Amino acid sequence: MELTDEQVERYSRHIILKEVGGEGQQKLLGAKVCVVGAGGLGCPVGYYLAAAGIGTLAMVDNDDVELSNLQRQIAHSTATLGVNKAESARSTFEALNPDCKVVTIRERLNKDNVLDIFRDYDVIVDGTDNFPTRYLINDACVMLKKPLVSGAILRFEGQVTTIVPGEGHCYRCLFEEPPPPGLVPSCSEAGVLGVMAGTIGALQATEVLKLILGQGKVLRNELVIYDALGMSFRKVKVPRNPQCPVCSDNPTITELADYDQGYCSL
Amino acid sequence: MSIEPNKSIDIKGLVCPMTFVRAKLAIETIQPGEVLEVILDYEEASRSVPRSMEEQGHEPLLVEKINDTDWRLLIRKGSA
Repeated sequence: MELTDEQVERYSRHIILKEVGGEGQQKLLGAKVCVVGAGGLGCPVGYYLAAAGIGTLAMVDNDDVELSNLQRQIAHSTATLGVNKAESARSTFEALNPDCKVVTIRERLNKDNVLDIFRDYDVIVDGTDNFPTRYLINDACVMLKKPLVSGAILRFEGQVTTIVPGEGHCYRCLFEEPPPPGLVPSCSEAGVLGVMAGTIGALQATEVLKLILGQGKVLRNELVIYDALGMSFRKVKVPRNPQCPVCSDNPTITELADYDQGYCSL
Repeated sequence: MSIEPNKSIDIKGLVCPMTFVRAKLAIETIQPGEVLEVILDYEEASRSVPRSMEEQGHEPLLVEKINDTDWRLLIRKGSA
């Protein structure tokens, strides 16, 4: 399909780039990305991906917008308080760019629905705020061999990594098991500077675009750690674990499980 | 020696950066080694379009003023 005159103008700053061009823009328009969580991270990730002209964007979230979300969840607004977050994000993103078809999935991910939800998408983005879902998403992406862009924020710190199953590390190579409930504080206990979501979400969106365009070097076998108070970025190597329970050649985890006992839902 | 272009576009009326955007979309549709002809009437683009094309691996062959208002560019598509 040829770009319309409107699309040529809308995406002109992409088309000018050597690494994108009309051909790259067509790849973005043909791409399907699934963002899990329409919260702090999911909002900026989805916002920039919609602006970039990602053709199909799934937003997975079962929660409704609350007033305490609006300090950082920029796709929502005072006017959408009480509305499902995926729906609220959809109206914002489609208003920004009608080229982007937003699919709302108003479900909580579990071992029985995750594979079917992810199967149709080219890239998965983790914007969740709890370990059970994080491990479920990791394991599902490894089993489906789908690239996963993972991000996390807490207080004044954030981190990003990109998992390309079969080529690099996975989340379990980094931390084999979820931490015990209560050990790691959540945003609701520890707080988070709202703008952290924008910084880390923008990095995640960048990784997604690079994966789709096939340009640059993604954070495969690497983790970026951002310290906002010190204003520094650090890169840590994350080797693939040859004994990883899920992504090694002889995995011990071959079926999905739910890990959510004892975790509060945020 | 005259060069026969493989494709020609008329982008008179466009200003930067849409001049380069349209020229770039056109050069994407031809094969490496083939030649694109661009007719334009925005003076700055007669310099910036060849420069941008060169930065992106293509070879500007000709920039000529063909009448009071228009320029003609010939650009050979690079292999990158």
